[in-house]
Amino acid sequence: MTRLVELKEGLFIAWDALRAHKLRATLTTLGVVIGILTVTLMGTAIAGIDRAFRQSLSALGPDMLYVTRLDWMITSEEEYVRQNRRPEITLAQVRALERQMIRAQAVAPGAETFVSVQYGIRKSDSVHVVGTTHQFLLTGGMYVSEGRFISAAESEGDRPVCVIGATIATNLFQGGPALGERVKVDRQTYEVIGILERQGEFLGMVDLDNQVIIPIGLFVRWLDRHPELVIHVRAADVAKLDDAREELRGVMRRVRRLSPGVADDFAINGQETIVNTLNRVTGTIAGVGLFITGLSLFVGGIGIMNIMFVSVAERTREIGIRKAIGARRRAILIQFLIEAASLCLLGGLIALGIAWPASLVLARFIPSTMSPAVVGLALLVSLLVGVVSGFMPAWRAARLNPVDALRSE
Amino acid sequence: MSLIRLQDISRCYHMGSETIHALREVSLLITRGEYVAVMGPSGSGKSTLMNLIGCLDTCTAGTYVLNGTNVSEMDDNELADIRNREIGFVFQTFNLLPRATALRNVELPLIYAGLDSGERRARANHALEQVGLAPRAGHRPNEMSGGERQRVAVARALVNKPSILLADEPTGNLDSKTGAEIMALFGELAQQGHTIIVVTHEEDIARHARRIVRLRDGRIAGDEPQPPPPASPASPPP
Repeated sequence: MTRLVELKEGLFIAWDALRAHKLRATLTTLGVVIGILTVTLMGTAIAGIDRAFRQSLSALGPDMLYVTRLDWMITSEEEYVRQNRRPEITLAQVRALERQMIRAQAVAPGAETFVSVQYGIRKSDSVHVVGTTHQFLLTGGMYVSEGRFISAAESEGDRPVCVIGATIATNLFQGGPALGERVKVDRQTYEVIGILERQGEFLGMVDLDNQVIIPIGLFVRWLDRHPELVIHVRAADVAKLDDAREELRGVMRRVRRLSPGVADDFAINGQETIVNTLNRVTGTIAGVGLFITGLSLFVGGIGIMNIMFVSVAERTREIGIRKAIGARRRAILIQFLIEAASLCLLGGLIALGIAWPASLVLARFIPSTMSPAVVGLALLVSLLVGVVSGFMPAWRAARLNPVDALRSE
Repeated sequence: MSLIRLQDISRCYHMGSETIHALREVSLLITRGEYVAVMGPSGSGKSTLMNLIGCLDTCTAGTYVLNGTNVSEMDDNELADIRNREIGFVFQTFNLLPRATALRNVELPLIYAGLDSGERRARANHALEQVGLAPRAGHRPNEMSGGERQRVAVARALVNKPSILLADEPTGNLDSKTGAEIMALFGELAQQGHTIIVVTHEEDIARHARRIVRLRDGRIAGDEPQPPPPASPASPPP
């Protein structure tokens, strides 16, 4: 009962003190406002960037494995030099893999380069050209919106046909019919047999709509004699991805004739290869970013502590009166803690009031939203800052000797 | 049984290497319903005595039993509770909270006693009526005269029904007419059976009490009863 009454009195006094010093309260709060604002926006931005990466990563598919000559994530130069001596992955190896893998739904080679693509007088430079087989439709996670994909007969017979991305279709044909037309990829002519659905960018690096897909045999013959082949493997069962990975590894070792005890001279990558690295990177960015922005919150907290010391000094006599008529230490402590916490909470609310529209602006660039968790956390943190920075002044006030306090002017 | 029993009370202060003996082995008994004036020149230790009796301070040696409780070895929080229950203070400078209304000022001790707001209001209003200030309940200290402020302070001192009303130079900041009014109020309260201790250095004020304790150099120099005041107590000096 006493505690509740003391708490109410504390809230009343805090409110009264804030009203008595409106300008001072506002200025003091400013530090906390800026602190909470930067931390909130930083948190929102980091979460947004993280989500953007993850969305774009999902293009890889959870059931996909990629066999490459080099690891996707190489951390040192020596490692790169060492891996670079590995023998290339050949089309013959891809075919052998295709024949031997049981736990694979589809196996497709992938070779890529950037060349120009021309239709009549219109020309697109550095278009992403992919050489592959009919199985790429299953491994690439893409859909054909018009026409059809390259057939088995076409890819095995090296027929000069191509499937084009949505951007290429609009750029070269400008809304006109594209199917059946002939385009020049580098210097050779191919017939357009299909147009892909719009897919967007991958990790902000490759525009998947600005691409042309041709049979792998023609790619090797005309564009690149020794392409850096990537083998795209779609597992038969996503739940047994690890089994598929083990089988894939075994088959690859056999195909590449590695004797037991010799390390793999290829790498098997999946979505999680990137996710793991990404988690490390975003973790570091988040840590450093929040630490730096947290500094401004710390400065805000110091401002609060400062003004609370002033407040205690100004009201020493009031503290003396309250103690004389029976206020315990706890009551005085609570009174000043509530005052500091209210100041900070006020700052937190103002900061969120500014952060909300700011996050809407941010959302135009990255898929970020201010989550209720962030809002709750911001308020909690501001409350905490208030309690922590108010504690020392409040403790000093609570321990004042009533005789001395009453004597002060 | 005595309400206040001070036995061989000493209080020293350390100032640098020097030790100041503000009180030296003071013993004093005050029974319920007494109206006592504590007199003495400045430096005689009367403020120290009042702080000790009011439980604002603790003694260096000796025992103090207040209303059957030994308070000489209590800690800060226990003393706060004792002050809240047993003591009503009236200060020379009123010591009201400037931003609070008369009513809220009077309510204050009840807040720390943990009473709910309904009961606080009722008792605070009653206390203001007792000192004749009911119509001024909503006013702040700066809207009131010195006499009115001191009445609010008296109401605040009375509101939690303490055992002792402890007044430190209650008329020091008032003109003599208003001072006499406050002393008349104390006279009435003494008549009603309140125990009152007034610390003062003015003979005129002390004469309102029924017993005068004189202090000199930290010791009791005199302790004598007073005849009852004349029928008309408010007789300002010429």
